[in-house]
Amino acid sequence: MITVNKLTKTFGGLTAVSNVDLKIEKGELVGLIGPNGAGKTTVFNLLTGVYVPTAGEIIFEDKSLVHLKPYQITAQGVARTFQNIRLFNSMTVLDNVKLAFHWHDKYSLWGAFLRLPDFFRGEEKMDEAAMELLKVFRLDDKAGELASNLPYGEQRRLEIVRALAAKPKLLLLDEPAAGMNPLETKELMALIGEIRDKFDLTILLIEHDMSLVMSICERIYVLDYGKIIAEGTPEEIKRNPRVIEAYLGREA
Amino acid sequence: MKAMRLRNNLIIAVCLAVLYFGIAYAMKQRMLSSFHQVNLYLMGINIIMAVSLNLIVGFTGQLALGHAGFMAIGAYVSAVMTLKLGQPFLLAVLVGSLATGVVGVLIGLPPLRLRGDYLAIATLGFGEIIRGLLININYVGGAAGMNGIPKLTTWTWLFIFTVATVLLIKNFINSSHGRACIAIRENEIAADAMGINTTFYKVLAFSIGAFFAGLAGALYAHYFFLIQPQTFTILKSFDALVMVVFGGLGSLTGSIIAAVAITVVNAALQSLGALRMVIYALLLVVVMVFRPQGLMGTKEFTLRTLLRQKGGSGLHDYRKQVD
Amino acid sequence: MDLFFAQLINGISLGSIYALIALGYTMVYGIIQLINFAHGEILMVGAFVGFFAIAKYDMNFFAAMLLAMLASALLGVIIERVAYKPLRNSGRLAALITAIGVSLFLQNGGLFVFGTNFQSFPQAFPKKTFQFLDGMITITSYQILILVVTILMMLFLNYIVSYTKTGKAMRAVSYDKDAALMMGINVDTIISATFAIGSAFAAVAGVLLGLYYQTVHPLMGFMPGLKAFVAAVLGGIGIIPGAMAGGFLLGIVEALVSGYWSTNYRDVVVFLILIVFLIVKPSGLFGKDTGEKV
Ligand SMILES: Nc1ncnc2c1ncn2[C@@H]1O[C@H](COP(=O)(O)OP(=O)(O)OP(=O)(O)O)[C@@H](O)[C@H]1O
Ligand SMILES: [Mg+2]
Repeated sequence: MITVNKLTKTFGGLTAVSNVDLKIEKGELVGLIGPNGAGKTTVFNLLTGVYVPTAGEIIFEDKSLVHLKPYQITAQGVARTFQNIRLFNSMTVLDNVKLAFHWHDKYSLWGAFLRLPDFFRGEEKMDEAAMELLKVFRLDDKAGELASNLPYGEQRRLEIVRALAAKPKLLLLDEPAAGMNPLETKELMALIGEIRDKFDLTILLIEHDMSLVMSICERIYVLDYGKIIAEGTPEEIKRNPRVIEAYLGREA
Repeated sequence: MKAMRLRNNLIIAVCLAVLYFGIAYAMKQRMLSSFHQVNLYLMGINIIMAVSLNLIVGFTGQLALGHAGFMAIGAYVSAVMTLKLGQPFLLAVLVGSLATGVVGVLIGLPPLRLRGDYLAIATLGFGEIIRGLLININYVGGAAGMNGIPKLTTWTWLFIFTVATVLLIKNFINSSHGRACIAIRENEIAADAMGINTTFYKVLAFSIGAFFAGLAGALYAHYFFLIQPQTFTILKSFDALVMVVFGGLGSLTGSIIAAVAITVVNAALQSLGALRMVIYALLLVVVMVFRPQGLMGTKEFTLRTLLRQKGGSGLHDYRKQVD
Repeated sequence: MDLFFAQLINGISLGSIYALIALGYTMVYGIIQLINFAHGEILMVGAFVGFFAIAKYDMNFFAAMLLAMLASALLGVIIERVAYKPLRNSGRLAALITAIGVSLFLQNGGLFVFGTNFQSFPQAFPKKTFQFLDGMITITSYQILILVVTILMMLFLNYIVSYTKTGKAMRAVSYDKDAALMMGINVDTIISATFAIGSAFAAVAGVLLGLYYQTVHPLMGFMPGLKAFVAAVLGGIGIIPGAMAGGFLLGIVEALVSGYWSTNYRDVVVFLILIVFLIVKPSGLFGKDTGEKV
């Protein structure tokens, strides 16, 4: 589904991502882990067009994503969440979700200006679809609230709902459980597994916490200092001495 | 819900009709002095300016300081249409507004890649360039401007255009396209990542705003019959921005209230001569220091809040049909 | 060639004044990210103080300039404390509108107090004309004065910023306010100091402008202020050497356009350059382009 070859990104003198190779098949749930500052978010930013790679290629369904703008990449079927939550704070929960329908489900500009029938039809359709998604994440009763008024855990969930509304084939989740309590985290992880099947998704998931990722991911890439230092099943990763060193070496 | 919406719309329509016919009657009976009339027209024009600028600054979050330049284009193009080319008023207004909208696209495209203060200063520059060019075009009278423009902006046209502007911009904002603009204001990176072509929507908001500023200019030219480059200095852009911020960024009703209030205050202080602007400026500073979010914040003033009907703030009615 | 040198010298004089104004603009922007639209009016007040000191109280030119600097510095600090400080946490637009309000207040207050007439600035400094290279280059004592004063002021500023405690603290605050706070710097004091210094520079520019054009007027500060801001942006906003370079560049361009083409196109060209710059290199001559970190 997506193949990344020799992806590199430098900021001034700092090489944040260096020669990264990834390959993810359709339907997989893959984890990307690594210590603080390893370059995980930067990989996401490269995949979604926020940054242009210094070198390397990104092939998504036989098409290169390099040099596409973020919104064009979304239209190819890649959506993401943000580590530091980026909701549309003064919009309602429902509008946050409806916004992501815009690129694939908009009605005409004239319809909007003149309140033509297609406006009402379009809005109704978006309302229904958005509510359905919100229900999956138990946010439907919060639809009318401002996004900024949601508690932290719900904001994280809303980020996922919004990304789903953008109709992705590949979903990129950047530390979706950050700041959640253990119970919330557990629920969320179960939910992520569910939506993969329900929406026929391929998921790449960044997590800081190894044990957590181990429980749901089929395959894991480990990034350290911008380089992939290991790749394999959770079992293999757990036993890999380089991974253990990377984690223990810094966090002990 | 639907019935309530219908009723509210009906109430608004009745209020507007009363306003229109009331003033039309008063004019016919010569109950309004020319001073009152001038300020009434200014009110309409200011509402159009404020509401259209709010779309750019308040809703899309792009700080623009060149709105007077757009107003100038609408004024000059429409004046050329009627005065020089002998075209009918409506066509002139339409062409003036469209021309301004097109200029909005052209000059919006490059600088809208800029952010924040850089955009502000670029649009300020554009406003000054437009004015500078007008001074140098002899066809439109150079620095002396154009005089003797036919006085074709009637109360009826002013009313229709003002109401239409507010209505169209309100409809736009409360649509999927308008949400795209608001999302850019809220978080441009996230909007981009959710599939919004941010440049397109910034330019769109910019050119819609320009279109209506051009309309305001056309109405202005055909009421005050004299336009000069000097009329459209940066101070006019500031005026519009003041109304927008004063009323509340992202509040259309706020812009309307502010436009009306500021026109009234200006008129009321008229007799004070030089002291007028001093007091006006002082008021501005005081209001900003004590209420920096403006009168309304991002909230809207609706019948629903006024009549204390149930169902929340009522900003987006259709939303309530869902559950 | 005569025309070229004449306009070049005019441009350098004008550019010196722009540079002095731009310095204050850029310092204030660097420290609180506010386009202080009232900066031009602080200049105007300085010019009027200088004007009254010389015309009404027969003061020595330099003493008058010093007095103007003090008055403007005080005014700048008062404006910052009364109008801007309460808004420091309520969004940049509110602060910008307030700056516009302060600018309008001072302009119109000036019109109210000083009247709408141009007042002629006394020739408080002996006016002589010097010629070089068989008259190819003509330079007046005013122009020399402007350049010398500007250079001295810049050296002075360089000293403040590089060697004094206040100057170092100013740099720290403009680099990272929170970090500066944690290092025990009194951010409020430093912001006030920045306004004081920037405003004093504006006063110097105002007095020089009055002398150079031989008039003062309540609206005299607005356009030069705006142009100086353009200069600050051209040089790279927040960057002190950038403001100087931008000021000189703008002054010279203006003079050359006026000399070779038409004064009517002067402003158009200035703002066109601004826009081209903003599009090609928005960070300005001396700036580094930075993107937002996601
Ligand atoms: N825009 C940028 N400019 C300069 N350096 C950057 C930029 N973005 C990221 N970096 C640097 O790149 C490195 C990798 O950052 P990144 O955010 O990708 O790490 P991460 O693995 O997501 O870490 P965390 O677990 O803390 O989220 C860091 O040293 C960071 O400071
Ligand atoms: Mg990260």
